[in-house]
This record gives sequence, structure tokens and C-alpha cells, in this order.
Amino acid sequence: MGPRLRLGGIAHGPALFSRHIFGNKGDQVTDTADRLEAQGIHAVVIRFAGDSGDGMQLTGDRFTSASALAGNDLVTLPEFPAEIRAPQGTLAGVSAFQVHISDHDIHTPGDEPDVLIAMNPAALMSELGRLKSGGTIILNTDAFDERNLEKCGYEADPRTNGTLDDYIVHEVPMTKLTLEAVTDLDVKKRDAERSKNFFALGLICWMYTRPLEPTIDWVEEKFAKNQTVVDANVLALKAGHAFGETTEMFADQFEIHSAPQDTGTYTNITGNVATAWGMIAAGQQAKLPIFLGSYPITPASDILHELARHKNFGVRTFQAEDEIAAVGSALGAAFGGALAFTTTSGPGVALKGETIGLATSMELPMVIIDVQRGGPSTGLPTKTEASDLMMALYGRHGESPTPVIAAYSPSNCFDMAIEACRIALKFRTPVILLTDGYLANGSEPWKLPDPATLPDISVEFATEPNSTDANGNPTFEPFKRDEILARPWAVPGTPGLEHRVGGLEKADGSGNVSYDPENHGLMTDLRQAKIDGIAEDIPLAEVDSVDGAKLCLVGWGSTWGSIVAATQRMRESGVPVDRVHLTHLNPLPPNLGDILQSYEHVVVPELNKGQLIKILRAEYLVDAQGVNKVKGLPFTAGEIIDAIQTMTGVQA
Amino acid sequence: MTDVSLDPTQRAYWTSDQDVRWCPGCGDYGILAAMQFLYAELAEDPATEVTKENTVFVSGIGCAARFPYYMDTYGMHSIHGRAPAIATGLAVARPDLDIWVVGGDGDMLSIGGNHLMHALRRNVNLKILLFNNQIYGLTKGQYSPTSEVGKVTKSTPMGSIDAPFNPLSVAIGAGASFVARTHDLDRKHMMATFKAAHAHKGASLIEIYQNCNVFNDGAFDAINKRAARAEMMIDLVDGEPIIFGAEDQRGVMMVDGVAKIVEVADVGLDAIAVHDAKNPNSAVAFTIAQLANDRQSPTPFGVFRQVESPEYAEAVNNQLLAANEQQGPGDLAALLHSGATWDVA
Ligand SMILES: Cc1ncc(C[n+]2csc(CCOP(=O)(O)OP(=O)(O)O)c2C)c(N)n1
Ligand code: SF4
Ligand SMILES: [Mg+2]
Repeated sequence: MGPRLRLGGIAHGPALFSRHIFGNKGDQVTDTADRLEAQGIHAVVIRFAGDSGDGMQLTGDRFTSASALAGNDLVTLPEFPAEIRAPQGTLAGVSAFQVHISDHDIHTPGDEPDVLIAMNPAALMSELGRLKSGGTIILNTDAFDERNLEKCGYEADPRTNGTLDDYIVHEVPMTKLTLEAVTDLDVKKRDAERSKNFFALGLICWMYTRPLEPTIDWVEEKFAKNQTVVDANVLALKAGHAFGETTEMFADQFEIHSAPQDTGTYTNITGNVATAWGMIAAGQQAKLPIFLGSYPITPASDILHELARHKNFGVRTFQAEDEIAAVGSALGAAFGGALAFTTTSGPGVALKGETIGLATSMELPMVIIDVQRGGPSTGLPTKTEASDLMMALYGRHGESPTPVIAAYSPSNCFDMAIEACRIALKFRTPVILLTDGYLANGSEPWKLPDPATLPDISVEFATEPNSTDANGNPTFEPFKRDEILARPWAVPGTPGLEHRVGGLEKADGSGNVSYDPENHGLMTDLRQAKIDGIAEDIPLAEVDSVDGAKLCLVGWGSTWGSIVAATQRMRESGVPVDRVHLTHLNPLPPNLGDILQSYEHVVVPELNKGQLIKILRAEYLVDAQGVNKVKGLPFTAGEIIDAIQTMTGVQA
Repeated sequence: MTDVSLDPTQRAYWTSDQDVRWCPGCGDYGILAAMQFLYAELAEDPATEVTKENTVFVSGIGCAARFPYYMDTYGMHSIHGRAPAIATGLAVARPDLDIWVVGGDGDMLSIGGNHLMHALRRNVNLKILLFNNQIYGLTKGQYSPTSEVGKVTKSTPMGSIDAPFNPLSVAIGAGASFVARTHDLDRKHMMATFKAAHAHKGASLIEIYQNCNVFNDGAFDAINKRAARAEMMIDLVDGEPIIFGAEDQRGVMMVDGVAKIVEVADVGLDAIAVHDAKNPNSAVAFTIAQLANDRQSPTPFGVFRQVESPEYAEAVNNQLLAANEQQGPGDLAALLHSGATWDVA
């Protein structure tokens, strides 16, 4: 028997995807006994929002973990303010965490939330516009006092003036109930109030039949040093759960069954952690010690934090005095034979440009990871954007071709970190890996790879002379290339291969300083040919295609999820649409030109003003059209579909 | 005929096959020769374990920074100002190497001032040579952060306005564990100073007064020309009273914590400060460094400060060892499973 859906107190509004949920509001339940039986739904989008001091990221994160353990597919979108301590209760201080959980394969954090948890008036004001009409709102009604309403500019109480008429609203005195739950503990009122996010979490866990144990275990471990905090949080969590169970207010519980997934072991992973683990895996697969030179910057710092915890893998992390020193130290380590990385965001890449150029000139392997954020300048430090592509491709002086690749999902960051290292080591070149704030902080379930199946990316250091001088004596020529035009990597400590490298132009072969015009032309061509040749060493572009498609969506980076969802929805409504997602941006896959030329419409959604599209037009003379968004947020599938319809007339 | 290029105790062994391209008469030649002779000398003592393959010179950009090309060791001629940062990465990744950093006053104190300061405070095992010619040589003669106030150059036709750095004060202020000054006209002094730095564990900063005979000729004539030396150079010898002059008639005395030049006859030898490079309090070294705040005053040379303090690369690697002990050797499969996991059957 399939699960029955009965919607009572919680309305899920019109389905986002046709298969989003089955059943409708008509399936009301009245029977109390039945009521407690969890109702199967397919997917839900929940948005936790509150003041940045309210712990909403943690609440969302814990709910996500519980859902991941329940085997749901999920995609998250954490959004937090740039200021660590924005004034309490203001719009600027609102922190939100959206999670889309589902019993089937999903790719976006959901276009519109079905449920909004608002811990204060500011959260309600800032987030209400996103909520699906008819959606559910759960309010911490205790926070709706005059001062808080005023702080965010509500002239009248939205709970009573009709603002919320289109929604199902649950007013829950969370602060008061939390305080009551912990009365037996010896905690100050202010401290006790801080557990209210666990009350909210308990309530939501009840609604979506998530067990509390994983959260309790986590609380016990996390706050092990302070038993009172453990007790307060656990009591609040349980109180929230009990509140759902015993009050009439919440008529129903929902269950989202586990998503059909390949067999295997799964974990829930964010992009930054996946990147860090990919770096560690690359070190193992290359059999090289890892060196990371980094300077803290949002949203990249967590990679540094994560790597710093794993020194037992032979990982050396170095928090440098600035980004120039960070990349410089990495280059020094690469010269010494380490697998060297530098991690940063756009402003940092701007500072690193000269050193990346030096690495290109000296032809040493190094990986630069740019976790992109909103720009220009400080821009939107905590928000996502994909506007560094041009800087990655061209942001250095001189003719300095540099491979650029991009991850498309949180877990894909793991694979792309290894791929960046593979290219860097094999071709002796700096490689830029682009991720972004959305991938970095967003999470998804990831089927853990078997380390034995990871590629071997090890390379040999040079150990012997590779040439002879005029007298027939063996010599070492540091710029004598192999068949893929890579030069030997001879590290200090190797007897007989002593040599000097630098940024001055080098004579072909010997590497001695050369100002010869012909040689400079030759070396420029050789450096370019080496990078161009990487095209033969990367996967061909794959088309996700259906019969009769005249339109192809071309994406790169984190837009993957939204583009896949848009493609599926258009196909479901009868419009055949194809799509290609690029991971290798320099060089591009060799078959891409032929692919693009075969469509009537080529549409390129990008979270920038149109950067890849310029490359595609220039390389392949295709009349591509862009869908562009620069708001610090990922695309919703709906936005892409709407734009396609407007631009091409192709109707979904 | 024996091939001297095969004998580590010969200068030729340490000399690369590249033509040296400094201007004829440039002070850099003398510094290069001192380094090559030093390595030949170090090679005579097996305990130093010096080898070509384990020696690395990392430089920035400038005339001085061409240095690595002329040593037959490993070397990197990097970018302007960044050599201390690049060398820090190399030293951390490869604590087994013997690493020198070379740069000019512009390289180290203008564009690279930040990196110099941090390499010193971290106490990375690097021997940093600051070729101070008080000018930008390579870019043809603009004033530098060590040029005297009023310096007329192409970029300062009415004279420079900004006060110069005293490089040793900067280094001592940054907490450097080894600080010394030498000059390009005295090979023996350079060799002795470089040798002391070579034996030191941690970061060393050696300022070398270097004549740029094209753009700032004679900058140090008043101090290190043979005829001036006795009266103008103060030789710092550890454990000895700081006296100088043709008759050892002058000395340095600490007056209210400030180093002052006095006549020995006026104060008596007992009142003269005894040089103590190992003094944990850097204030004394600082005030002695301040004696050289203009080029008309008697100027101290030698090792100002040499103290023991934890070396950075070693500390980094100790953390790796400790992590290995506490967490066990890295196991990728275990790492991947370290979060909450679930199985799909
Ligand atoms: C990023 C950058 N800015 C400027 C320059 C130009 N430049 C090269 S060397 C130099 C200054 C050299 O002076 P110094 O470091 O004192 O070395 P010297 O030539 O005197 O030995 C300058 C400004 C450069 N190469 N790179
Ligand atoms: S310009 Fe000055 S510092 Fe540079 S090589 Fe010539 S003399 Fe030496
Ligand atoms: Mg200079």
C-alpha cells in the first residue's frame, strides 16, 4: 500500500513539481488515532529564519543531518549576514537556512519554501516573500513585541492585520515554553532562552518524524564541557517534540521516506569539507605531502579549518600574513616537491595574480581554489556568485594560459579537487579550481567513494641528468619537455640536478635567462600549446539529451542543480530540452563546438553578467543567449524556465 | 690538471656557469665572492654537511636578486618582495634544506616589508641577506626606503621627504632572533657574519652595506672606506666592551637605557657597555642599532643579536608528528566515514 497523504493543519500549497506531493487539501483527517500516523509526502522545503544570535544555522544543520540519516535526498542553502553581530532584531541580522528534503533525487534547495520557521518579526518580514502562497508559518510569538516589530519596520502586527491571511500560521510561544522546560535547571533566564532554537528543532523533528537521538548525541558531544547546556538544549528539544505531539495545533506529522539511492554508505557533505577531503585524497593518490598556504576569507576559510585538523595525513597548513604570502608559500612548497594549494575567494585571487603568473612561467604545479562570492570589492562576502570566471581565465599579466576547472555540486568538490591536482601535477602548471559560496556551505548526501577506486595521480620527480653538454658530460635541462610538453620537476635535494628558475624568460631547454626574441615567441607558444593540449586529457562534454531538442542549456559550476531541475520540468511539460554542464573551462572539451553548433538555441544560465557566454561566442561563433542573475542567490528552476520562455519563445 | 669544479672546498665548485651581469664595480660582486668562498670553507668541515643539492637561494627582484643565478645550487629568482614568503613555504615543506633569501632594500623593505617582518617574527629557518645600497638599482635610481631624507633622484627632483627605515631596528622590532650588519668591502667580515648566520637556528637578518656605483656611488664612503674605518666602524664582539677608534679611545655607554658614544678616557673602561648578543631583552640591541641612524655617525657592525627561540618549520613538523601520534596515521577511508553515515542496502 502506498503512503496515504492527509493534510490537516499543515498545508503544502500547490505542488512545485507535479510529483512534489500527492494528494491535496481535500484529504482531511479527523480521526485522532489516525492522526498520529505519519503521512507520506515526497518532498518539502523548510526555511529556518531568525536573528543571527538565534542559532538558525545550527538548527537547520541538525535537521539536515537527521534527514540525511533518514536516507532522504537533500540540498541545503544556508544564508547568513555578513556582520557577525548585526543589531539584534533587525533585518540586517536575519540568518536563514533552507533545506529541501525529498524521497527522490533532487538538485536544488527548492524554489519556494513550503514551511517557514520565523523566530522574530525581522525574520518574518525578510523571508515571507519567498514562502509559497498557502505555505505554513511557525512563529515564535514571544518575539513579537512592540520593540521587535518596530526594529524591523512593521507598523502593525502582521499576525493580526491580515498580512498572513494567505498562509497557515502557527503561533508558538517558544521562548516561554523553553523557559518552562528548563525551570528545574540552575540556569539564568537569558541563557535558558538561548535553547529556544532546540525547541523549534524538536517541533520540526516531530512534524517530519525525525528521531531526536542523533541530535541528542550531537548535543552531548558538542557541549560535553558544560552539562547544564547539554541538559537545557535536550530539554528544549524534547519539549518542542512533545509540543507537536500533544497540541491540537499541529494536526499532522509527515514522513518523507528515504530516497532510492544506489547501495553504499552515505554521508552528508558540504562543498568546503568535500574540497578539503579531496585535497587530502589527492595527496594520498599523488603520494606527496600537502602544503596549504592560506589567508582567512569568507567563504573559503572552512577549507583551511578542515585541513588544519588533519595534520596526521602529512598536511602542513600555513596561515600566512596575506594572500600574496599564502600563494607564495605554496609556490615555495611546490618548488620543494609538495602538493601545494592556496585557498581563497575573489579578493584573494586578485592579490595572488602575480604569483600565479610566476608559477605559470616557472611551470610548477600548484592548485588555487577560489570559493567565489559576490563582488566587486568586498561585495557580498557571505553570498554566492560565479563572477570570477574571467579573472580565473585571464586575470594575469602577459600571455599566461592557466587551466581552470569548476565544481558543480557540494560533493563534486571532492572529485574536482583531485582533478585539479591531477592536471597540475601531470602538466606542471598552476590550476585554478572554482567553487562558490553556495557549494561551499550547501550540503547534499554523498555516496562515499572507495579510496581504492580513486585515480592514481602520482608523478615522478626528475632524478637523472636529461642531456649532455658540448663535451659529452651529462647535464640537466630543466626546460626540456616531454611528449605532453611538461618539463621535469627536479626538487632541491636531488644531486646533480641543481638549477635556477625564475620569472625571467627562459631559454627553451636549458632554462637559462634569455632575452632572445625568437625564443620568447617560441616559449610563449610552447606554454600555450601545453595548456591547450590538456584538452586531449579531459573528459568529452556529455549531453543530457532527449529526442527532438532544439534548445541546449549550457552551464558551469553550481548552477548545475537549478539547470537539471529546469530541464526536467520542461521535459515533463512536454518540451524537449538538452543540457551540457562544463567542469573544464580552460581548456574546453574538444567536442563542445560541434555540440553547440547542432542546436537552434543555446542558452547559458550564469550567476554573473555573462562570462562563459562570451567565451562560447568567441570560441565557437554560436549565437548563445544568457540568463543572468547577480543577487547573491542561486537560480531557482522557475527563473531559468521563465527566462527561456521569454527569450526563445520555447514554451514550457 | 685537476678540475676544481669537482672539489667542494674550491670556490669554483659553488660557482654557476652563468655570466655575472652586475655593472662593473658593483658591490654585489664582493658579496657573491664572499658567499662562494664561505661555502668552500664550510665544505672543509664535514660537520656542516653543506651540499650543492641541499642549498637553495631564493630572491625577489632587483639587482641584488640576480644572486641565485650565480650560485651552483638550487635557486629561485621570484617576484618583487615576495622571497621571504616563498622561502617560508619552502622551509616549512622542506626543513632539511639550507635556505638563503636575497634581496635589496626596496625588495625587502618596500614591497616586501610585510613578508620580511613576518618571516622574522615566525623565526623561520632562513638566512636573509638585505643588500642595502639605499637606492633602487634595477629601476635606475629612484630613492628607496633606506635613502636619506633630501635624496635627489629622478623621482624626487626636489629631494625625498620621507624618513628612512633603519633595517636593523625593523628586524629587532619584529623579534628577529639573529641580526647582523656587514659590508661589501670586507670579505672576511662578510664570511664570518654569514657563517654565524649559517650556524644559527631560526631566521637571521643580515644587512649588507652595498655600494651601487652607478646610482648611489659612495653612499657608505664616510664609514667603510679604508681610511675612515677605524673611527667610523664600531666592531661588535660578543663579551667584549664596545670600543672603537684608532686608539680604542671611544666606546658605547648605556645612559638611561640609551646607547651613547663616549670618550673612554672620560668615563673609564668599566663604564663602557659590554656587548651581549644573547641578551634576551632586545632593547639593548635596538638602541645600539639606532646609533647608525645617519651615515655620518660611527656605525656598529657584527652580530647585534643572537638568541635562541623556537624555529617555525620545526614547530610545524612537530605538530605533524604529534597529530600522527594522537590520531594515528591518516586513513582516508576512516576520514570519509568520520561524519554521520548511513547505509543504503
Ligand atoms: C610588482 C613589481 N613592481 C615593480 C617592479 C620594478 N622593480 C624591480 S626592482 C625594483 C626595486 C629595486 O630596488 P632594490 O630592491 O633596492 O634592489 P637593487 O636593484 O637596488 O639591488 C623595482 C621597483 C617589479 N619588478 N615588480
Ligand atoms: S645598478 Fe647599482 S646595484 Fe645594480 S648592478 Fe649596477 S651598480 Fe650594482
Ligand atoms: Mg637597492
